Amino acid sequence: MGDVTHELPDRIPTRLVINGVSHTLDLLPWTTLLDALRDHLALTGTKKGCDHGQCGACTVLIDGRRVNSCLTLAVMKDSAEITTIEGLAKDGALHPLQQAFIDHDAFQCGYCTPGQICSAAGLLAEGRARDADQIRELMSGNL
Amino acid sequence: MNNFRYSRASDIADAIRLLAPDPGAKLIAGGTNLIDLMKENVERPSRLIDISRLPLREIVETPDGGLRIGALVPNSDLAYHPLIEQRYPLLASAILAGASAQLRNMASVGGNLMQRTRCPYFYDTATPCNKRSLGSGCSAIDGLNRNHAILGTSNSCIATNPSDMSVALAALGALVHIAGPNGERTIALTDFHRLPDDKPHLDTNLGSGEIIIAVELPPHSFARNYSYLKIRDRMSYAFALVSVAAALELEGNAISGARVALGGVAHKPWRSLEAEAALRGQAATPDHFGHAADLLLQGASARSHNGFKIELARRAVVRTLMQATNATPQSQAHKKIA
Amino acid sequence: MNGYVGTPTSRVDGRAKVTGAAKYAGEFTADRLVHGFVVEATIPRGRIAQLDTSEALKVAGVLDVLTHANRPSLADKDDAWKDEVAPEGSPFRPLYDDTIKFNGQPIALVVAEEWATAKFAATLVRIDYEQAEFATDLEAERGGASEMDKPHKPRGDAAGALAAAALRHEADYLIPTEHHNPMELYATTTVWEGDGKLTVYDKTQGVQNVQKFLCGVFDKKPEDIRVLSPYVGGAFGSGLRPQYQVVLATLAALALKRSVRVVLTRQQMYGLGYRPMTIERVALGAKSDGTLDAVTHEAIAVTSRYEDFARNDTGWAEQLYSSPNSSFSHKLVHLDVSTPSDMRAPGAASGVCALECAMDELAVALNLDPIELRLKCYSDRDQSENLPYTSKQLRQCYARGAEAFGWGRRDPAPRSMRDGKELVGWGMATGVWEALQMPVAVRIVLTSNGHAEVSCAASDIGTGTYTIVAQVAADALGLPIENISVRLADSTLPQAPVEGGSWMAASSAHAVLGAAEDIRQELARHAQAMPSSPLAGVDAQDIILAEGTIAKAGERGRAISIADAMRYGKLERIEKQKLNEFPEDKSHARNTHSAVFAEVKVDEELGVIRVTRVVSAVAAGRILNTKTGRSQIMGGVVWGIGMALHEETVMDHRFGRIMNANIAEYHIPVNADVHDIDVIFVDEPDTHINKLGVKGLGEIGIVGVPAAIANAVYHATGKRIRRFPITLDKLLG
Repeated sequence: MGDVTHELPDRIPTRLVINGVSHTLDLLPWTTLLDALRDHLALTGTKKGCDHGQCGACTVLIDGRRVNSCLTLAVMKDSAEITTIEGLAKDGALHPLQQAFIDHDAFQCGYCTPGQICSAAGLLAEGRARDADQIRELMSGNL
Repeated sequence: MNNFRYSRASDIADAIRLLAPDPGAKLIAGGTNLIDLMKENVERPSRLIDISRLPLREIVETPDGGLRIGALVPNSDLAYHPLIEQRYPLLASAILAGASAQLRNMASVGGNLMQRTRCPYFYDTATPCNKRSLGSGCSAIDGLNRNHAILGTSNSCIATNPSDMSVALAALGALVHIAGPNGERTIALTDFHRLPDDKPHLDTNLGSGEIIIAVELPPHSFARNYSYLKIRDRMSYAFALVSVAAALELEGNAISGARVALGGVAHKPWRSLEAEAALRGQAATPDHFGHAADLLLQGASARSHNGFKIELARRAVVRTLMQATNATPQSQAHKKIA
Repeated sequence: MNGYVGTPTSRVDGRAKVTGAAKYAGEFTADRLVHGFVVEATIPRGRIAQLDTSEALKVAGVLDVLTHANRPSLADKDDAWKDEVAPEGSPFRPLYDDTIKFNGQPIALVVAEEWATAKFAATLVRIDYEQAEFATDLEAERGGASEMDKPHKPRGDAAGALAAAALRHEADYLIPTEHHNPMELYATTTVWEGDGKLTVYDKTQGVQNVQKFLCGVFDKKPEDIRVLSPYVGGAFGSGLRPQYQVVLATLAALALKRSVRVVLTRQQMYGLGYRPMTIERVALGAKSDGTLDAVTHEAIAVTSRYEDFARNDTGWAEQLYSSPNSSFSHKLVHLDVSTPSDMRAPGAASGVCALECAMDELAVALNLDPIELRLKCYSDRDQSENLPYTSKQLRQCYARGAEAFGWGRRDPAPRSMRDGKELVGWGMATGVWEALQMPVAVRIVLTSNGHAEVSCAASDIGTGTYTIVAQVAADALGLPIENISVRLADSTLPQAPVEGGSWMAASSAHAVLGAAEDIRQELARHAQAMPSSPLAGVDAQDIILAEGTIAKAGERGRAISIADAMRYGKLERIEKQKLNEFPEDKSHARNTHSAVFAEVKVDEELGVIRVTRVVSAVAAGRILNTKTGRSQIMGGVVWGIGMALHEETVMDHRFGRIMNANIAEYHIPVNADVHDIDVIFVDEPDTHINKLGVKGLGEIGIVGVPAAIANAVYHATGKRIRRFPITLDKLLG
């Protein structure tokens, strides 16, 4: 157990390349990537649903892989390439997954949706889902 | 989360050096379990030592025909590695039974070995728990213990180890390579995790100041007759009530070698050499598997809510061994149990 | 009127949601925004003896710690704390005094520059309690239940008829406590606008309810507080009453004169409302031919010590099954827990689950097909008031659902159907809910460029209100849907009640019609006044709005463009606001119905249950949008799967603490648990209920599903599990 200390540690300059744009933030070490996106960069498309890796709403792609940004310390991802829901549409054209979600009404309140879509993008990149049951299984990290 | 300092280790020696002076320091790699526990105020490290960039991401063949897996290989990379898929499919299957695709992308092999129990009292700082606060008592023994251990428990703790990967590693006879201030050492995975006895705050035999650097798989890989069956309260993204890793070596229908490990039932992956020995030379039949299951579950004892686990484990062992016999391993995507 | 209504129109807010542009309550920001983190009580009953915030206050970045001892003024009368859907009693007041009424009660708010700093500092707040004796176990305290006013009058002599019945089935069914677990965390951002004026972004199903509530609690004038919830990340009833964080964020904003955001953790959300654990005791007495002689239903439910929360669990047999004798009772056990709340199909989800399991058990006892039993008892009238229905196509639900499911191929004997090592079970159940409608006002602003803005204070909690409002307005105004913009969920907009009870579709749609009618009349007047108007002399009632024109119905050649008519009238815009109230009519009962069919496959040795197919045939009047409507029903079915197999809030009664206050161990279905769901909307014209014949879909989707699955599990295994959820350990013994 660490002793209680009231002094905050030094902020750590952290460079994050988000949706192709480089940002340098001075962060306390406990700032999660999720909080960095939402609170420091106003990229609120990435959602906080549990903050414990139990719901998948915070899913983003780091260097092309889907991860839970709520369990990721931002300072550990210095220099990483991060894609969030805001970065999927290109030049105003929706990503095919985004369009498919609209066409099939694959959401209601929309709160889990960015995570579902980022997770689905990660799933497609992984190339491991070959039938409906495999999609179900590999999308089960998104409630 | 508590107020902690952050350092990034430049190499393994640096990580060990950073650990040494600070008993409150912890290593972080994937962070999937540690960050969760820090947010619950269960873990309160004074310093996090980031080892995620250390060069421990390789999977290489060993001279004797086994594999050496770097401690930082992400769980998903391990499960999908061609050498694992082809030669150690039991391990691949067990990994894919755990957590979610996102968490498997983050979690490291070493971190998976270090993951802590899901006992709700361990997580709730408002209740007594010997594992979190030694001497405070165990709330689970007379409390909600449906998910708790039936084997190897003590009067101090009835928590289970939640890992799927470790169950397969135990069955496969994996070794854990460790580096520390006094150099490197190797211990069997079955000796890496410990039983709670009167020191339930210690999950493993990893010494303070030590770091897991690799997991080694012996050459014998049971690639043909194996299965990993995980029984849980929903079809995915849930911890095991009971899981079974089974691997057989068959000559015709006769068993020449058997490995069975249980998850979700004890403070560590549960194996019984006696049960495995009893299968050798026997025909691969449900009766013999039932006998082996009885040996494996010898000494099992239930608390108020987890009695069902004993019979469930027994049936699951028989079923998984039959799956292994028939070379119809349980699919982790297609949920019908073969 | 046709065009968009009744079609599978894609959600008009879809693009905002799939691009991450849609902003939810905890995502609005403001200059110098600070963050509050809640400190909760860790005992269920007692008082705060000492609360030491000094360590927390030392943390760099912490601005304040608000407690009952240092907070700004809060209203001291219960009336001020009662919102529009509050039950009887004395509502909970956060940070009001030193009394602890439930575990998880907020007792301090740490405010800091950064959220994580507040969270850390919250761990440093030291609390000493004086703990009092407490009780949290409904089953242990069942004997102390007190009777509520009966929701339905008894008919005949149910006890006598039951005793004399040729066949009797009587059993307790246990519905556990369940939490809504919407994906969005409960959150409020209160923006300090200066001079004591506040703009509050809140996760609520009713902005005007919250606005009035805050004005009462903080003694503010209506113009001082504006509440918005443009997007709500699921609610399911949890946002009907103001959540405590809206009080805390606003309290802190007033104390600090700064903008404050308070987002609860998932764990803290378990300290708010929930579906109450309920023991449902159902007794059915039947003649040997399968007609009912007696129905009794008693519910014993948990509530807090400070409020009497009770819903209609027990009266549903009056709607569904003809019986000359019936009696119903609802009892409450007051425990040291927070007050339950409405949760998707409150009352019905639990009560109908028990009733429909009991009907299945009776069918087995009578050796009757479960559908046949239900048809033998089919009631064409609501027996409690002896009223006919505005419409009731439940027979069609049974027929269409059974056909789609293949029910005719069912072997009735339990354990008779197999698929390898799995036992196959087919079960069915009936669903029923109310078709409610409420007063709603809508404002339409039509501009001369042919664009209309439709606005209303109603919320869209994912149900599709934005979309159906746009559809109805587009049809009524004769405009393409792209020309309609919808503004919702702002307390300054025309009045709407909380969005709940499945009433918002019918209520908002008719409000749109009302305002659109006023627009039509005004446009018609201008059009007819134009020189050599093609509409001259046409009866005003025969003038319609279509394709951007004002036209004679059935004679589209006689038309003037809206733009021309407005130019002639020198109008840039036409603004009409209208409150729609439905006429009071007690001549008919109004309900939606469903027949739910479920297939389960149960591993015979291991007890693992898979729900492989569900067919839900729904009769709910006219479906405004078949795409979003289908999603509503599918969502309800998934909830039903969770209720049947997964969901249970588990409490350790030694501590009075919930021990699975997360969404790893509080299980809801994941994608791997959900397979084929076939939604059938049965044609149900209803000219009586309202002009459009709309009934609402939010609740009916869940009702009946848990029982259909439980009945399927029985059919598969021969085991009748009456304690929900049906986990595999219950099948092993």
